[in-house]
Amino acid sequence: MKRHLVSAADLTYDDALLVLDTAGEMAALANREIKKLPTLRGRTVVNLFFEDSTRTRISFEAAAKRLSADVINFSAKGSSVSKGESLKDTALTLEAMGADAVVIRHGSSGAPHRLAYSGWVGGSVVNAGDGTHEHPTQALLDAFTMRRHLAGGKGDLSGRRITIVGDVLHSRVARSNVLLLATLGAEVTLVAPPTLLPVGVETWPCTVSYDLDAPLPKSDAVMMLRVQRERMKDAYFPSANEYTRRYGLDTERAATLPEHAIVMHPGPMNRGMEIAAEVADGTRSTIVEQVANGVSVRMAVLYLLLGGSQSAIGTEPEVGA
Amino acid sequence: MSSSWLIKGARILGGDPADVLLRDGLIAAVGAPGSLAAEAEAADVSELDATGLVALPGLVDLHTHLREPGREDAETVVTGTKAAALGGFTAVHAMANTDPVADTAGVVEQVWRLGREAGYCDVQPVGAVTLGLEGKQLAELGAMATSAAQVRVFSDDGKCVSDAVLMRRALEYVKAFGGVIAQHAQEPRLTEDAQMNEGALSGILGLRGWPAVAEEAIIARDVLLAEHVGSRLHVCHVSTAGSVELIRWAKSRGVQVTAEVTPHHLLLTDDLVATYDPAYKVNPPLRSKADVEAVRQGLADGTIDAVATDHAPHPVEDKDCEWSAAAMGMVGLETALGVVAQAMVETGLLDWAGVADRMSFRPAAIGRLSGHGRPLEVGEPANLVLIDPAAPWTVHASKLTSKSRNTPFGGRELPARVVATFLRGRPTVLAGALA
Repeated sequence: MKRHLVSAADLTYDDALLVLDTAGEMAALANREIKKLPTLRGRTVVNLFFEDSTRTRISFEAAAKRLSADVINFSAKGSSVSKGESLKDTALTLEAMGADAVVIRHGSSGAPHRLAYSGWVGGSVVNAGDGTHEHPTQALLDAFTMRRHLAGGKGDLSGRRITIVGDVLHSRVARSNVLLLATLGAEVTLVAPPTLLPVGVETWPCTVSYDLDAPLPKSDAVMMLRVQRERMKDAYFPSANEYTRRYGLDTERAATLPEHAIVMHPGPMNRGMEIAAEVADGTRSTIVEQVANGVSVRMAVLYLLLGGSQSAIGTEPEVGA
Repeated sequence: MSSSWLIKGARILGGDPADVLLRDGLIAAVGAPGSLAAEAEAADVSELDATGLVALPGLVDLHTHLREPGREDAETVVTGTKAAALGGFTAVHAMANTDPVADTAGVVEQVWRLGREAGYCDVQPVGAVTLGLEGKQLAELGAMATSAAQVRVFSDDGKCVSDAVLMRRALEYVKAFGGVIAQHAQEPRLTEDAQMNEGALSGILGLRGWPAVAEEAIIARDVLLAEHVGSRLHVCHVSTAGSVELIRWAKSRGVQVTAEVTPHHLLLTDDLVATYDPAYKVNPPLRSKADVEAVRQGLADGTIDAVATDHAPHPVEDKDCEWSAAAMGMVGLETALGVVAQAMVETGLLDWAGVADRMSFRPAAIGRLSGHGRPLEVGEPANLVLIDPAAPWTVHASKLTSKSRNTPFGGRELPARVVATFLRGRPTVLAGALA
C-alpha cells in the first residue's frame, strides 16, 4: 500500500481487498469482551478537522483508540489563510508533536494531497473528506457494507450493479465510490439531473443516467447522496419538490428494487428530500450499519498504514499485558 | 561606463552577422563585421563580442503587474523592472490593479516616475477603465491620457468590464486620444469561485471549473461592440482555441481587435493541476493541449498579435498553501523569452524576426509607445536585446530577481537566454546579469 490514503485511486485491487479483509477481522473484534488491540500503542494519530464533521471525527477517533493509539483532536475550523494559521503552519506544528498519522478533513479540494506530498509532515496522511474531491474511507466502508450483503463478506464486487443518485457534482463520496467500485469490479450507474453531473463525467468508469426509474429494478444497491436544498438558489434544480419527484427514493420507487437490494446513504440525510423516511428506516436500509462499519474500516486503514501488513488479529491480542 | 558601444557580429533578427554601433542613445551605424572598426576607434567605445548572438529590438510587455503602490511585499517598480531588463524587456506596461488603483492621473504619474527613476526599463502605466476597478463608473480616462504618463492602454485587468454598456462607452470614449481598452475576458457569473480549467480533470479533482465559454462569450460580445462603434479592442491573455477562432473571424471582418497570449499558456497544460501545487494556479487557468496548440497557431499566423507575460508576483505565503486559498498568477518576465523560444522557435512556428514582431514591434504599436518596437536601423533608439539562441539554462525559482518566486517553470530547462539588454544605448544587462 501507499504511505498515504488521499484518493480511492491510491488503492490497487489487492490493496482494496486487504483493507476490506482486515476490516472484517476488526469487525469480529467488536464481539469480544475487550474491544481493544495494542497494535498502535505509543503511536499518535491526529484528527485535523478544518470542517465540522462530528460523525467522521468520532469514527476515526474510535478506530484509533481501539488500536490503542494516542489521539489528538485538532479542530481548526475556518479558512486557513483568511482566519489565522495556515495549513502549512498547522502541519509543521503537528510534525513537531510527532504525529504518526494525520487524518485530515478540509473544505478545500486537494488539501490532503498538499499535506501528504509537500514535505510538511513525515507521517501518513489519511483523507477524511476534502472539498468536493474525495472521501476514500467512506467509499471503503460502503464497499465493506455492500460486500457483506451482496458478496458473502469476501472477495470483490464483480458484476454487482450499484446505482448512486444525487448531487454527484459536489459529492466527494460519489467520486471515491466510483473509483473504488470500479477497482472492485462493480458496475456503477450515476443518476442525477444534468446540472449536478460534472463536466467530463463520461470519462469516468461508470454509466450515467438522467432517469432514476430505469436502473432501479436492476440494482443490487442504491446509494442516495445528500442534496442540499440551497442548491436550488444556484439554479441546479427548480425546487426541492421537483427534485424529490424526479430523483427522490420514495416507497414506490424503492418497491421496484430487487428483493435482495440494499439502500444506502452516507449521511447526514435530508429525510423527505432525497430519501423518504420510510425507506431510510426500512428493512433494506443499511444506513445505521454503515456507521458501525466505518469504525472497522478506519481501524483497518490506520492499522495497515501504521502497523504493518501482517494479519491484524491473527494471534491472541496481548490486551492487558 | 562609456556611452558608446560596438556590438560585434550580432545576427539582427536572426539574419547574417553585423556590427552595430550605439552612440548617444541611438543606433549610430550598422555594417558588415569589421566595417565599423574605424568609427569605433574614434571615440571612447566599449566593445561587445556578440558572435552567435541574435539581436532583437528591446522587448515590450503589454501586461505586467509591478504591484507598486500597495503590494511592495510582492514586487516593486525597482525589482520588477530589474527582472524585466534581465528578461530582455526595455518597456513594460504596468497594470492598474494596484492599491490605490491606477485610476487617476496622480497614480499613473507616480508609477511612471518610479520607472524613470529606477532606470532599468521604461514603465508605461495602464489606466483603470472604471473607478476602483469596480465596473460601475468610468475612471477619468482623459486625465490619465493627458498626464505626464500619457496613458493609452486602459484595463480593469483582474476583473472583466462585464457591463455591456460601460464597455461600449469605454471603447467609444478612448477614441478621442487613440486609446485602447484591454479586456480581461471573463464572464463573472460563469466563473464564480472558479479554480481551474473546466474539463474532465476539474471534475475528477473536485475543483470548480473555469469554462472556456466564459472567456469566449465576452470576446464575442466585445468584438461585435468594437465593430459597432469602430473602436480599438485588445484582448488580454487569450487562452482557448475558441477565443482564437473568434478573433480570427473578427479580424477577417476588419474589426480593430488585437490580442495577446502569455508564455505559460503557450507551454503549460491543465494536467499540471493534478499536483494541487498552487504554482500552477493562474487566471485565466492553464488549458488543454488542444488549446495550447491553438494559441501557438494563432500566434504564428498573427491572429494573436503579441506575447505578454501577465507577470503576477505573489509572496510565498500566498502560494505555500492549499489550492483554493492560493493567489492566482505567475511571475514571467525572466522566463518569457526562453519559453517563447521553446514553444515557438524550436517548433518552427516563428523565426527570430517573428519573435521580434510579436514581442516588440506589435506590442509597442498596440500600446502606442514611441521609442520602442522600432527596427534596428541607423537613427532609431538604441533599445535592443542580445539573445544566445543555443544556451540552455535551468530555471531556479530561488535565483529569480523578481521579489517573488512563484514561477511555474522551476526545474525546467529553457533553450535560449538573454545575454545583454540595452536601453537607449546604455546596458541594463551584460553577460546575463544586471549591468
